Amino acid sequence: MKQISNMSRRSFLLRSAAVGGGLLLEVTLPKSSVAEAEQVSAQAETSPEVTAWVLIRPDDTIIIRVARVEMGQGNFTGLPMLVAEELACDWSKVQAEYASTSEHLRRNRIFRTMLTGGSRSIRDSQEYLRTAGAAARLMLTSAAARRWDVPVAECVAANSIITHTPTQRQVSFGAVAAEAATLDIPENPPLKDPADWTILGQPAQRFDIPDKVTGKTAFAIDTRLPGMVYAAIAQCPVFGGSLKSVDAEKIADMRGVVKVVPLEDAVVVVAKESWWNAQQALRALPIEWDFGEHAQVSSDSILEFLREGIQLEKAPVSRQEGDIDSAFASAATTIEADYYAPYLEHATMEPQNCTALYTEQRVDVWAPAQNSEATAAVTAETADVPVSRVEVHKVHLGGGFGRRGLYIEFVRQAVRIAKTMPGTPVQLIWSREEDIQHGRYRPVALVRMRAALNASGEPTAWSVRQAEQSIFSAVRPHLIRDGVDIVGVRTFADAPYAFPNMHMEYAMRNTHVPPGPWRAVAHTHNPFFRESFIDELAHAAGQDPYQFRRTLLQTPQASKDLAILDAVAEAAEWDSPLPEGVHRGIAVQDSYGSYTAAVIEASVNGAGELTIHRVVTGIDCGYVANPDSVRAQLEGSVVYGLTAALYGEITIKAGRVEQSNFHDYQMMRLAEMPTVEVILKPTGGFWGGAGEPGMAPLAPALCNAIFAATGKRIRSLPLKNHDLRPA
Amino acid sequence: MISLTVNGTEHSVDVGSDMRLLWVLRDILGLTGTKFGCGMSLCGACTVHLDGEPVRSCVMPVSIAAGKKITTIEGLSTDGGHPLQQAWIAHQVPQCGYCQTGMIMSAAALLKKNPQPTDTDINESVTNICRCGTYVRVRAAIHTAAQKSGSNDGMKG
Repeated sequence: MKQISNMSRRSFLLRSAAVGGGLLLEVTLPKSSVAEAEQVSAQAETSPEVTAWVLIRPDDTIIIRVARVEMGQGNFTGLPMLVAEELACDWSKVQAEYASTSEHLRRNRIFRTMLTGGSRSIRDSQEYLRTAGAAARLMLTSAAARRWDVPVAECVAANSIITHTPTQRQVSFGAVAAEAATLDIPENPPLKDPADWTILGQPAQRFDIPDKVTGKTAFAIDTRLPGMVYAAIAQCPVFGGSLKSVDAEKIADMRGVVKVVPLEDAVVVVAKESWWNAQQALRALPIEWDFGEHAQVSSDSILEFLREGIQLEKAPVSRQEGDIDSAFASAATTIEADYYAPYLEHATMEPQNCTALYTEQRVDVWAPAQNSEATAAVTAETADVPVSRVEVHKVHLGGGFGRRGLYIEFVRQAVRIAKTMPGTPVQLIWSREEDIQHGRYRPVALVRMRAALNASGEPTAWSVRQAEQSIFSAVRPHLIRDGVDIVGVRTFADAPYAFPNMHMEYAMRNTHVPPGPWRAVAHTHNPFFRESFIDELAHAAGQDPYQFRRTLLQTPQASKDLAILDAVAEAAEWDSPLPEGVHRGIAVQDSYGSYTAAVIEASVNGAGELTIHRVVTGIDCGYVANPDSVRAQLEGSVVYGLTAALYGEITIKAGRVEQSNFHDYQMMRLAEMPTVEVILKPTGGFWGGAGEPGMAPLAPALCNAIFAATGKRIRSLPLKNHDLRPA
Repeated sequence: MISLTVNGTEHSVDVGSDMRLLWVLRDILGLTGTKFGCGMSLCGACTVHLDGEPVRSCVMPVSIAAGKKITTIEGLSTDGGHPLQQAWIAHQVPQCGYCQTGMIMSAAALLKKNPQPTDTDINESVTNICRCGTYVRVRAAIHTAAQKSGSNDGMKG
């Protein structure tokens, strides 16, 4: 086993305590922050840091640090479970705390990454967190062995107690933690066999829930600092436009108004006492915009632009297998269909906001951001200070869904305002209207698919032409290869179906509407296209849609798709009779390293009213940290996914978003909830994601049920735009 | 000055009479458990009780609340011991949690009036928006709390 020196870590702790404390006193932060900092440093003295991830107090309290952020998915509990399993500690004595962003940066990114997204928290950190737990356990047992002067091999740790097996002497983790902290960190400690896990795989109560039911949880928007002022913002309604002028005099006398801050593409009103004052003054503020060059763009013109992408003679190829031309030439049946999906906005329940305090010495920010390291970088750049002078205070997020990972313009805005008023904390809050109209939207997409069936009804060829906006061309150029957005083509380019001949093309169609990753990213609209079209083929072949999929999933690489499809079909009793008028739809999809399928039961009455009766949704994510959190993610996906299928639509008129709040950007509510049955089928051997995969099969399973009920094939979303009355 | 009774405590606040109750609670009194979600009475994140009735505080001028008994999530129980809060933990209802205090306040108003609500009663009364999609567990937790308080002979608060 390799050893790495622990010396730098020790000396770092001493240094940072001194420097950190000194800095805090110089800055004269608000009293609460000073008290908080003193409390933290007092705790640090009595809570030895065994490794960066694990602190153990003399009273045996175990503190496990969390680098990623909790936005509802349960990682504030699931991530500590990974550490605790290998630490062999008493789970009832574990507490979670966020790892400090500034410490992370000072200590050479010791917490690996602070990005939360892509359903990656558990699967990307499981190895190093389990390793951290195992290393800490070895250090604790070594410290006990030294104390007893016995070979470490004779000592075992379980439930926070170390036992010297021959003599049955015992000592608790807390009693040896300080000694353990002086030992070198073993680099490659052996990990447990998953069969021996006692914490992982068992449902655990989440750490964050008790404070969420009493209102004690302080989200970023709940930050309260002495002397804090509030900021309301209006951004140019047309994307790409700019601020021409404002008449600040007009609102100068309104209650609480401190000042008006013009930005290039927005204007901010700062007011004392309450955000209400700032927002009221903003509403009264005469603003002139230069709408720029996109003020004529509409959803119709965008659709026309997509159609041109479909009609292009050639487009970059995302997949090529076999020879589709000869397959189509000899086809008994050819099926062709165009599918469309609109822009969607995330609508996190906590609107975008950021609180910033700029002083000559440092900049503090509180923001609902999915990546605190990026937040620190954006803050430093905006404030024009070294990142070492930035403190990002980590808080739970009131929803994320991809909105606040790559794009944290609200941080930039708040820091800019704060820099104009050093020493005064500023809380910027976007109204819901700003949130809906200045999102980073799930891209619009139009797809043309063709397929060939031979005389026996067997599929022989599949061609796909995607015409859609690329999320990543502007921000992650390495994800664009030969003109293909490699994330945007997922579901097609990696489809597990065994068509002997396939040809797929991708026509990038970027508009002025800013795109962004929306929960499940390409796996929201692409599965709707693909799994609806597969249903069309089954129908054309005169086959049962479940059995038709089974036939196409017989290759070894499709075995996990097949298994989850079978598990869900069985749980849903696919072949059993249903009450009159109720029909089933099915879909399967792999994404984010996991395998999902869903069966939905729905009916449509004579008036065209849709009722969703039952959703059976299943996942194989390999190993599971906290099964109850995975279950909750699938339940939640049903609401997020079906809301999009039923109502979700952002439309563009005169270059701007037409919707503005929940009256015209409608959400599913409790009364519409079907029965939801979650099927967890973790087969082990790999770690898949859980936050997003559950989204994929929902819209197609629902639309396939609607087809079974009405004979109407839904080729565009949302459903609210369709007349579902039986023909 | 406007006089308000919030969670049993009297406050005098010097604000404009049209300031919405939500912002008085959050920004003037520091009771941040009540949330801003839409500002148009659409989502229910701002739900509080006014003389026991659930109201959406984001559209209610503070002058209307003057002289009435206001209860926020901070006043629903002193220790998180309200049967709904306990049921919420037992069912592990919240995900991000942002909408949950408003959701609990809506449910609490329902149970006070109707200690044994049916699914239809719940559908009609708890119309709050949750983007994380906790509805299945919200419903289950309300039924659990109703059963508990039923066996304890009635719910207070």
